[in-house]
Amino acid sequence: MIRLREMDTIFQNSQRQGRFSFYMTCRGEEAIPFGAATALESQDVVLAQYREQGVLMWRGFSLQQFSDQCYSNESDLGKGRQMPVHYGSRALNYQTISSCLGTQIPQAVGVAYSLKLSAANATDDGRETKKAVSLCFFGEGCSSTNDFHSGLNLSATLKCPVIFFCRNNGYAISTSVKEQYAGDGVISRAPGYGMAAIRVDGNDVFAVHAAVREARIYALENNAPILIEAMSYRCGHHSTSDDSFRYRSVEEVQHFANESDPLIRLQNFLKHHKYDNMTDDDFRIMVEDEKKAILYAMRKAERKPKPSLEDLFTDVYNEMPPSLKAQQNQLNEHIAKYPDSY
Amino acid sequence: MNLFTAINNALFIALETDPSSIVFGQDVAFGGVFRCTQNLQEEFGPDRVFNTPLNESSIAGLAIGYASMSGGTAIGEMQFADYMFPAFDQIVNEMSKFRYRSGNQWNCGGVTLRSPCGAVGHGGHYHSQSPEAFLTHCPGIVVVMPRGPKAAKGLLLSSIRSKDPVIFLEPKALYRAAVEDVPVEDYEVELGKAEVMREGSDVTVLGWGGHLRVLEQACDLSKENDGISCELIDLQTLTPWDIECVTNSVNKTGKLIVSHEAPVTSGFGAEVVATVQAECFYSLESPIQRVCGLDTPFPLVFEKYYIPDKLKNYEAIKTVVESANNNN
Repeated sequence: MIRLREMDTIFQNSQRQGRFSFYMTCRGEEAIPFGAATALESQDVVLAQYREQGVLMWRGFSLQQFSDQCYSNESDLGKGRQMPVHYGSRALNYQTISSCLGTQIPQAVGVAYSLKLSAANATDDGRETKKAVSLCFFGEGCSSTNDFHSGLNLSATLKCPVIFFCRNNGYAISTSVKEQYAGDGVISRAPGYGMAAIRVDGNDVFAVHAAVREARIYALENNAPILIEAMSYRCGHHSTSDDSFRYRSVEEVQHFANESDPLIRLQNFLKHHKYDNMTDDDFRIMVEDEKKAILYAMRKAERKPKPSLEDLFTDVYNEMPPSLKAQQNQLNEHIAKYPDSY
Repeated sequence: MNLFTAINNALFIALETDPSSIVFGQDVAFGGVFRCTQNLQEEFGPDRVFNTPLNESSIAGLAIGYASMSGGTAIGEMQFADYMFPAFDQIVNEMSKFRYRSGNQWNCGGVTLRSPCGAVGHGGHYHSQSPEAFLTHCPGIVVVMPRGPKAAKGLLLSSIRSKDPVIFLEPKALYRAAVEDVPVEDYEVELGKAEVMREGSDVTVLGWGGHLRVLEQACDLSKENDGISCELIDLQTLTPWDIECVTNSVNKTGKLIVSHEAPVTSGFGAEVVATVQAECFYSLESPIQRVCGLDTPFPLVFEKYYIPDKLKNYEAIKTVVESANNNN
């Protein structure tokens, strides 16, 4: 959590300096990705919205990989095609983020249906298999999309082992929850879909962990979906394109930062826990080490070249169609003619 | 076989040859409202052939998610192409960009979405549409429309096995009407290839889907009445389309008619016309004609006046040939 907080701070500042085009922090919500990721197994597939980079971090996505994606350089696994923070890793079972809100929700059901069939087939064949769930993150704003309804209803009728994880942080950009829904949050909708649900303190990493651990057991035992609503507060701006003090007060943000910061709460636990007994100095050293590592990764990412221009054209289809090949040739000839303009 | 039995046969083969394949959509379990999925659930079980709730975005999202996992084959059905629009976000923003945006880490190439399309005599606004041009504007998906049972079976099997997501539009007017000898064995028709149905020398007539029946009649009429030799081409795959086949034909005949049921403005015909004039400008002997639906919603009682029928096409063929003769 310290690593994520420091990375968010440094990356946000780098965006402010114009080093890359965009960034989104998850300040104030760090307990959610780490609480959830620690309760999952590596075979579980994660479909996220965009404010859950901690899951990837826990699973081993390196500071270099985060930096390379934000800098859109030749090492970016996404070949520089998507905006910063749109991470993805096949190796870490983390599907690539897209900007469209809610679209991942019905997709998570398809993933879970595939996992369920694979597990059943393996059992039929007498093979050893690791059962798996899909876990789908979204914000409370996203719970108003059509696909929230599409996905939840589908998962319940198809009986799929999927965990829907709602980060309720109070705001969708400038829209407060008062303007988002009139019911009792997001969890209240679960019974209507015939679905189990849990609401947790999203700033308590142990509560999040326990909820996901139990939800996973429930989903696999019953081949059924479950909804978790984690109550939190978005302490940062929505993104680097947003100044959140135009629609909420500094006092409100300060209140949550002072009273319920998930990182401070975890640090307090570690300080007072008899097996850990960590001190403020221990934490300071950790912060300094992380900062150094982040800056090192960023400097390295900054120096790497951009991806090859061929990557503009590949992967649209499995094989490049002749018409696209022609467009590629046309662009290459054009650039050859005006090499100094590009 | 007629068209629905050919589709059913292709789905049977797909389910039999690929254990990862699943078939789903609204009302597919009892056989489908057009009978395309009949007996499949009995044969392959409810885990592989099943109903979904009434929600097109669910169907598309389920397909994408399923196919994203180790090459699973997802064959979804949208009950009418007119009702594909609620799934447009999933199709355009997700399915088509899945491979590209992840740097080829993830793909959903195993998706095929089948949907009945086109005029049916009395379908009104929402049981008649031909939405192909909305889809062809979207890089990353393949759009296919077969003209009859034999092509449909081969094209559907290719679509299901393709490594790219495919939207497969089935001309519903032909489900029972069109009967052809269809090989019972497993075969494929290559995607991205047009088929020259009839060779000719005076004019190229281009279309796709069930509309080719109309174009065949128009070509017959031109031959009988005016001795015009039409080269008739079925495009079969709309994206990526077979530019080479069409331009070769137009370079030979010097004239082109493009005809489709969908409205004329920004229809896929416009794309063909623009490409052909750029590639075949010096071979063209007369202006290219588009014979298409009107720029209105698809009307109920006026259907007969709305559709680009054989007489409208016959007239266009005659006009194009006469205009070329007058210029020579």
